[in-house]
Amino acid sequence: YNVKARVKADKTGIDLANVKMAMNPFCEIAVEEAIRIKEAGKATEVVVVSIGDKACHEQLRTALALGADRAIHIETALNLESLHIAKLLAKLVEQEAPELVILGKQSIDSDNNQTGQMLAALTKRPQGTFASVVAVDSGKLQVTREVDGGLQTVELSLPAIVTTDLRLNEPRYASLPNIMKAKRKPLDVVDAQSFGVDLSPRVEVLLVEEPAQRASGVIVSDVAQLVEKLRNEAKVIA
Amino acid sequence: MRSLVIAEHEYGVLKADTAKVVNAANQVGAEIDVLLVGHNVTDAAATIATIAGVNNVLVADNAVFEHQLAENVADLVCGLANDYSHIFAPATTSGKNVLPRIAALLDKSQISEITAVVDAETFKRPIYAGNGIATVKSLESQKVITVRSSAFDLPAQQAPCAITALSQGDASNSSSFVSVSQTESVRPELTAAEVIISGGRGMQNGENFSLLEGIADKLGAAIGASRAAVDAGFVPNDMQVGQTGKIVAPNLYIAVGISGAIQHLAGMKDSKVIVAINKDPDAPIFQVADYGLVADLFDVLPALEKAL
Repeated sequence: YNVKARVKADKTGIDLANVKMAMNPFCEIAVEEAIRIKEAGKATEVVVVSIGDKACHEQLRTALALGADRAIHIETALNLESLHIAKLLAKLVEQEAPELVILGKQSIDSDNNQTGQMLAALTKRPQGTFASVVAVDSGKLQVTREVDGGLQTVELSLPAIVTTDLRLNEPRYASLPNIMKAKRKPLDVVDAQSFGVDLSPRVEVLLVEEPAQRASGVIVSDVAQLVEKLRNEAKVIA
Repeated sequence: MRSLVIAEHEYGVLKADTAKVVNAANQVGAEIDVLLVGHNVTDAAATIATIAGVNNVLVADNAVFEHQLAENVADLVCGLANDYSHIFAPATTSGKNVLPRIAALLDKSQISEITAVVDAETFKRPIYAGNGIATVKSLESQKVITVRSSAFDLPAQQAPCAITALSQGDASNSSSFVSVSQTESVRPELTAAEVIISGGRGMQNGENFSLLEGIADKLGAAIGASRAAVDAGFVPNDMQVGQTGKIVAPNLYIAVGISGAIQHLAGMKDSKVIVAINKDPDAPIFQVADYGLVADLFDVLPALEKAL
């Protein structure tokens, strides 16, 4: 996320060739929270899942190194929309029957902020989105959510879906021995087609352009000049 | 073609986002109904009825909707959805919470945070923290869309249209409200303010944010913050401007002690005029600023307050 994204010259998308990839920061927070819940003795197993091409093995191994027990890779070369991903995850939730599914609130590439809510709808589970505090307590979940006006706490019956906000926790780093151990943890690969979900596109990307460039600004020498410019040149203050 | 707009309000206090989303829906060219879901929302309904372009205000006033929990609101909207070709909600935390749930229940792909309407099927939206603008066409029979309200103007007013009370309202038992803590503020709301002054890590601590208050008062401005300032505990998180906080586009944005990380710029770079005050001449914020002042904010802020 420190990489500045560049639009391809033919305007078909963002140039991802040779760009450094990593786990989405909100997903790191989700993995960390799952591991903390397990460490607190409130979960027995943490399963991490990723959908995409082979490159996501690296992210799954990272999650295993952080403390997840096993990984599932749903393999597809297709460029999936949030609804497709939610449908695939819903099938997996049906198979694995986890009590709690934790996702990041949004991915920082598509910036959609949809998958968790959609998964909650498809699995008919309650949702705790934008979570900054999660407390598991005998079959119930108290989730404090970051909302526009402040914080809101809701109680969800388990099983439930939670999406993480930035302040939920501070993700740990993987230690070298744990990275080595992670290589021996199970990582199952399943073909996305085998789930029987219709993955045909529902949204077509016609064009990806650079945002409008701002005209270059000026450096002013002092406060008096700044105020003068804002009043008389930009006319944004009275 | 008819559009349904889900109104944004906080415990009956209508937000400007609602009118801006109506404006976006207006550009689609369909007849617009606005759905207001909540409890004790009569005043808000009357205000919505005067927004130009609104055909009918549907009011679901029921105690189960008081906190607008996604599970209950989604079921309500799905019951109404059949009549509409487009369903819009603002890309606020409550819109983002409920609309994808609705989209999935309707088996539709959602388009998030549109910043422009090209035609009834085609929309523009930022991706990669605003570093790319995608033009996307929905192939769905029914379009489910969240709107970045800062990208749309307020529409005009009209003579009040009809208001229809709905009787629906079933509470799902899977989620219940526990508590809410609202941040008290006498200043304008960040997403609606004409002027915003924001502080970053350079403010050094929470007390120093009071240096912004005098200036904010003189300009009628809202006070914002960068993620660094929020994470450092200087100010509460609902003041955060950026990709993961609020997206704003005021007439004047003053960034004080903010370096200008990609994620912060994503939240404010559509502001009309940007002023950067930073002692580091190489800070990336100066690349988007219309006016930059390279100086220590602790010298500048008192002088600025005095000069206004």
